[in-house]
Amino acid sequence: MVIANDTEIKKIWQLLETVTDPEIPVLTVTDLGIVRDVKINGDSVEIIITPTYTGCPAMDMISMNIRLVLAENNYKNIRVTSVLSPAWTTDWMKEEGKRKLKEYGIAPPNPKQQVCNDKLFAADEAVQCPHCSSHHTHRISEFGSTACKALYQCDDCKEPFDYFKCH
Amino acid sequence: MTDQELIKRKLDYSLHLADTTLILSQRNAEWCGHGPVLEQDIAITNISLDLVGQARNFYQYAAELINQSNDKPIHPATEDSLAYLRTEREFKNCLLVEQPNEDWAQTILRQFFFSNYQFLLYQELQKSNDRQLAAIAEKSLKEVTYHLRWSSEWVIRLGDGTAESHQRMLQAIDELWRYTGELLNAAEYEKEAGTDPSLFQPQWLSKVKEVFDEATLPVPEKTFMQSGGKTGTHTEHLGFILTELQYIQRAYPDSQW
Ligand SMILES: [Zn+2]
Repeated sequence: MVIANDTEIKKIWQLLETVTDPEIPVLTVTDLGIVRDVKINGDSVEIIITPTYTGCPAMDMISMNIRLVLAENNYKNIRVTSVLSPAWTTDWMKEEGKRKLKEYGIAPPNPKQQVCNDKLFAADEAVQCPHCSSHHTHRISEFGSTACKALYQCDDCKEPFDYFKCH
Repeated sequence: MTDQELIKRKLDYSLHLADTTLILSQRNAEWCGHGPVLEQDIAITNISLDLVGQARNFYQYAAELINQSNDKPIHPATEDSLAYLRTEREFKNCLLVEQPNEDWAQTILRQFFFSNYQFLLYQELQKSNDRQLAAIAEKSLKEVTYHLRWSSEWVIRLGDGTAESHQRMLQAIDELWRYTGELLNAAEYEKEAGTDPSLFQPQWLSKVKEVFDEATLPVPEKTFMQSGGKTGTHTEHLGFILTELQYIQRAYPDSQW
């Protein structure tokens, strides 16, 4: 019984690896580290996710896409529930996800934030340019095209780029 | 207090937190497409998005409390019904957040006063024995840290900027200071079901002093403070906000995107 359940749960995790973030389609929900748990009870499946940002509009779509993928694979009684605590952090993002982000042209989050405190005019984090790998970059704005990104520019290749900010 | 009374207080408190974040989110969203430069337009609308996310969490929790209570309605409450179908007198937001944007200086100052308060509030609230409120506070605190830093830096930039930006900040202080007392003065439901903000009033004021000093702005003397928002008595502005915010649901009930 227990073994059967374990195999089943593994299978669901594999399916979840195909569900992508609608705003950053190279990242899957497992790369992002937002799936907290998978539970099976009889013929019902519960997927527990946690939001990246409280206002992230992608979360509704992600939870719909999870249901869709599971339904396509003949799961019934699918529930996707959201928990807030412990709060998501970019430290939960997989190394694989960080690599894919960089290839996609978005600078991946630095490990453990130095920046998220209330000290004013703090020095910019040293963020590596995803195009030419220079560390010679500066922040244009702390807020970018989506809640999770900040806007940077490279001082060497001059390209502007998104930085998936530490959170 | 009976269990039902405590749930009622907790409901009032959750609605107060929800309404306050929703109304400030709506105000900030008015800047969308009108910001002084593109990056700051994006910043203020990002802050708006964070706030509406917080509001949704608080409304969802409030709806749960209503639907579990003894006098639950025939149609279950939802986050949408609470945001779109309550009247002005039922809204429990602080007066500060409903004040008009006016210019960038007033918008920035309102955000700074508010984020300074919210940063302290969520630090306390995340220790609450109500696990859902604590979780929302813990989750939101990182975002609020960004809001506080961003708005503090702008207060300094404008206060210690040009003669005109300095003058506009003085004008904004004159306009908004009277609404800051209410933020830090507890309503009954805050004392009984939440966190009493008067406990962190000294920290709030010392942060204002620190930032205003750097911005070469004066901290106003003690003066008369407006209040009433937390119990549903609002300035004339809230009605106009709700008219716009609730229009679609009022005109076309239950319509969906
Ligand atoms: Zn570069």
